[in-house]
Amino acid sequence: MQKFSAFSLLRQGFARQQGWRTQWRKPEPKPAYDAIIVGGGGHGLGAAYYLAKVFGMRNVAVLEKGWIGGGNTGRNTTIIRSNYLFDESAALYDHALKMWEGLSQELNYNVMFSQRGVMMLAHNIHDIQVFKRHIHANRINGVDNEWLTAEEAKAFCPPLNIDPNVRYPVLGAALQRRGGTARHDAIAWGYARGADALGVDIIENCEVTGIRRDAAGAVSGVETTRGFIASQRVGVSAAGHTSVVLDMAHVRLPLESYPLQALVSEPVKPIFPCVVMSNTIHAYMSQSDKGELVIGAGTDVYTSYTQRGGLHIATETLAAICELFPQFRRMRMLRNWGGIVDVTPDRSPIVAKTPVKGLYVNCGWGTGGFKATPGAAHLLAHTIAHDAPHPINAPFTIERFRDGYLIDEAAAAAVAH
Amino acid sequence: MLIIPCPYCGERPELEFSYGGQAHIDRPTLPSELSDEAWNSFLYVRANPKGRHAERWRHIHGCARFFNAIRDTRTDHILATYKVGETAPEVPA
Repeated sequence: MQKFSAFSLLRQGFARQQGWRTQWRKPEPKPAYDAIIVGGGGHGLGAAYYLAKVFGMRNVAVLEKGWIGGGNTGRNTTIIRSNYLFDESAALYDHALKMWEGLSQELNYNVMFSQRGVMMLAHNIHDIQVFKRHIHANRINGVDNEWLTAEEAKAFCPPLNIDPNVRYPVLGAALQRRGGTARHDAIAWGYARGADALGVDIIENCEVTGIRRDAAGAVSGVETTRGFIASQRVGVSAAGHTSVVLDMAHVRLPLESYPLQALVSEPVKPIFPCVVMSNTIHAYMSQSDKGELVIGAGTDVYTSYTQRGGLHIATETLAAICELFPQFRRMRMLRNWGGIVDVTPDRSPIVAKTPVKGLYVNCGWGTGGFKATPGAAHLLAHTIAHDAPHPINAPFTIERFRDGYLIDEAAAAAVAH
Repeated sequence: MLIIPCPYCGERPELEFSYGGQAHIDRPTLPSELSDEAWNSFLYVRANPKGRHAERWRHIHGCARFFNAIRDTRTDHILATYKVGETAPEVPA
């Protein structure tokens, strides 16, 4: 692997930038691997990286039906936070947040993780009570979160409109200072480069079309558009298409897939210093390093695989943005797009073994999977390598629905998150 | 936005409707005798197909009645709508 450093940049500058090598190979699939990861997003590439780096499994392939990072990894609003209510969730998301904090160094790749703070606005008495409850629960769990008055929120984010005479006035906010954003492509590319250097084969344009099982019912490999590939261990990290892939092994999961939209404005000079989220009026916004305002809208009401959302959903979000930040009313939106998110009934993920021996799944991250990328990747790798979950993902089973042990962040947040 | 043909009122914009999820899920007739697995399937497990999906809609800002639709989740085209109690119509490929 070609290391990036100030010295290598300088040297390439003198060499007219002609000495850069491709960052990962384009290998042909081998007939067999020790483990296969289905899905080349951040979660899947990261799982392959940790399998090789932490668990010593280097004969690993990542199969991606399109191009790496082209699914939800490249389609989200890159918000990273860990201020979830329940103990299990706080442990899970804070595991990921702590990994984000050292990731650029670990990968020798700038994932542009910026802890600029995530501020969640309260617009009514119920919001205030819920956020204060979250803050207390978070602090007991060692997760930073603090309450701001409306004036303090305005000081932290000067463009915010705290006029009391609007339809949904800002009454206060919960701020997680360790939260922030990262660069979506960099996390996929950084993991791909790191995994490739450790011997992992990253195979694009290779769609899994079947899961083959032996006489005892255990996984023996996958059928793909590029032929059969044998493996005793298959980890599925296919986001919105998880139901489609697991249906090939006749495993049915409590998942429904919805389109979730995001949009970006034309780029402007730095004006927006943090991430602002409003669950009540449903708007999320930050400013990218390129200068675009990155805005997250809601999901459509119906299940779909179309990777686009209804215009009225985005319009509603923009109306909320215009009220919160009146100076952005004349901004033009450049692009909007959708990703397919797999949502569980309790809005908590599933990172677990399945009833089929050798088949593992990382899914159900719903509308908030990007923030968990390093943690989910590490925990899926651990589960595959040990054929048993890590204590952090042990509660996030498929069976929790049957057994009544829901981790109900849906009720805790009152919206998808 | 979808244009949804309500079987009672005709074509109306999606904003007039609310979504009711997968159709044709029968309530258990003897709930007290249901196993944990069967409760799990009834409450939580859904088909989530990439392709044709039979689903419930309610024309909440119109006639307020429930009905069923067959929609292709790859394109969002609504292939048929039909009244509650009717069996799903055959839709040509």
